[in-house]
Amino acid sequence: MMKKLLIASWLLIIPFEILLAETPEEKGLAIAMEADKRDTGWTDQSAEMKMILKNRNGDSTTRTMSIKTLEVDGDGDKSLLIFDNPPDVKGTAFLSHTHSLTPDDQWLYLPALKRVKRIASANKSGPFVGSEFAYEDLSSQEVEKYTYKWLRDEPLDGRNTFVIERYPAYEHSGYTRQVLWLDKEMYQPLKLEFYDRKNAMLKTLIFSDYQQYLGQYWRASMMNMANHQTGKSTTLTWENYQFQTGLSDRDFDKNTLKRAR
Amino acid sequence: MLYLQRLTSSLTIVLASNLCLVTSITAADLSGYGGLEFRGFSQSAQQPVQDHTTNLSLVFETEFFHDWDDGYQGFAFVPFLRLDENDPERTHFDIRELTYFKASTNWELRLGIRKVFWGVTEFQHLVDIINQDDLVENIDAEDKLGQPMVNLALIRDWGTVDLFVMPYFRERTFPGQEGRLRSIPYVDTDRARFESGAREKHIDFAARYSHYFGDWDLGLAHFRGTSRDPRLLPSLDNNGNPVLLPFYDIINQTSIDLQATKGNMLWKLEALHRSGQGETYNALVGGFEYTFVGVMGSAIDVGLLGEYHYDDRGETTATIFEDDIAIGSRVAFNDIHSSEALFGLVWDRNSGGQFFSVEASRRLAANWFLELQSRLFFNQKAGDPAMALNRDDYVELFLTYNF
Repeated sequence: MMKKLLIASWLLIIPFEILLAETPEEKGLAIAMEADKRDTGWTDQSAEMKMILKNRNGDSTTRTMSIKTLEVDGDGDKSLLIFDNPPDVKGTAFLSHTHSLTPDDQWLYLPALKRVKRIASANKSGPFVGSEFAYEDLSSQEVEKYTYKWLRDEPLDGRNTFVIERYPAYEHSGYTRQVLWLDKEMYQPLKLEFYDRKNAMLKTLIFSDYQQYLGQYWRASMMNMANHQTGKSTTLTWENYQFQTGLSDRDFDKNTLKRAR
Repeated sequence: MLYLQRLTSSLTIVLASNLCLVTSITAADLSGYGGLEFRGFSQSAQQPVQDHTTNLSLVFETEFFHDWDDGYQGFAFVPFLRLDENDPERTHFDIRELTYFKASTNWELRLGIRKVFWGVTEFQHLVDIINQDDLVENIDAEDKLGQPMVNLALIRDWGTVDLFVMPYFRERTFPGQEGRLRSIPYVDTDRARFESGAREKHIDFAARYSHYFGDWDLGLAHFRGTSRDPRLLPSLDNNGNPVLLPFYDIINQTSIDLQATKGNMLWKLEALHRSGQGETYNALVGGFEYTFVGVMGSAIDVGLLGEYHYDDRGETTATIFEDDIAIGSRVAFNDIHSSEALFGLVWDRNSGGQFFSVEASRRLAANWFLELQSRLFFNQKAGDPAMALNRDDYVELFLTYNF
């Protein structure tokens, strides 16, 4: 009972704190920190991702891959991505030790040559495997990757959201700013707008079909990225989410790349 | 070959007994490709026996891969077959992989036939020594024959140490007398000679330390055993015509490979010291690769490559990389078809000979993939080993069905 009370009061305090925040910048940061805090402690996760790429004419092509991620305290997460489809890239693996403000460490494994290649990663704004997602869109969300400004609260598709503008701190980011609609209940994004280096609207990402795992962590089962400048779009669907399966640093080292499937 | 068969069959038994424990083997474990290769040569060959200007080839490679124990144990089997229209030496079968592996927190053990790659540079893979070149496949020496081995990797905080014991040596494949893109005279692989009395059963050893320190990736290695590169000794065949005979020395080779990843710039170095094959010698490749990401506001990445290749044996050697400058460009279109192109030019500073290469590829449909390749040889001088390729400019199209 006491514990329940404590949790209840703790839940009450947070919005109160946010209300007390004075400037829009402080409020934006406080919301980002709360979102980060609520999504901490999942330790590791794995999932299967299907990527559907569509061009302006509606022609589409599909890629599938599996992704494992290890939560890293005080730094960006580690992730291992293994292609399954199309068949000519099956077994190609991509290992990434991400960092918030410095270039990630990235290695690519090419199964035909059995070659592990350290690749240039300073530019996180390049397209990921021909999709409308840039590397930086897919890497882990860390508070210190942006500075924030709360704009307003508004409903979006029947849900209450914080609307926050955020500015990438990484010098080689492809964006000047992003506008984020963050669900007030889940503290997860529902919509994200990307503005390019010329501050022109570039892309919109819509998150949908959220599901909760371990009674705490929300994950969108679908993400749809539309590029307004090219008319192309990419849809990601996520399946078989698993958490806390006991992955360790060892599952995210260069040796593991060679036997990843 | 008999030894190899015995090794293969005993390994198969070990693996089969292990596999009995494995439950769900599915079609998802099977992948591979079948392909049709066409080569067109711009002119007739130097020798009348190489009497073709076009060539067709069929290629099949299948991979059966299964892992269990959360990916900490697994098995791979990769048979390969090429059927060639004109060159009987190019028609060949190989087991590219037949491996069982077991991994643990601080070690990985691999038993069987495998391929291992070492190195960082692009125009030449100088320090890459574990596997023999399957040279009939392509003159770029990127195709390798499966190497039987026991490989134990010790994984520590301070790096990975790989130990290799290789109980059977694979001889290099060379195009036959009728084949193109070969030496003149041709290499008679049936009369290979060995320094070791054990011939291909000489047991070879290698050890490699590899690790990364921030944005530096380092590899240090030592190899003791049968040289993968044979010396080619002039001789005569039964009819008194000149041939070359491969001679495989026992060598010691120490090597380093190093890459610094600084922003969009990669700095690369490979160097080796080898003894036992004639005079002791040193060789080196150093270079860079710089990538322009999203050129002109597009999704296209353009990489520029430059490498310098040096071998202190100089002009007398079998290597074509004794004092050469190589430049190239890699273009990745980042489109849904994964279109890519790689252009390269190698200039021999001693002989003035030049070698130009293009490799481009594109996915045509979900399962169909097309590769284009062209290699052109300019200004080769008499006496340079590359002179043999002087009339072998070619264009290749390789269409594969992948599954």
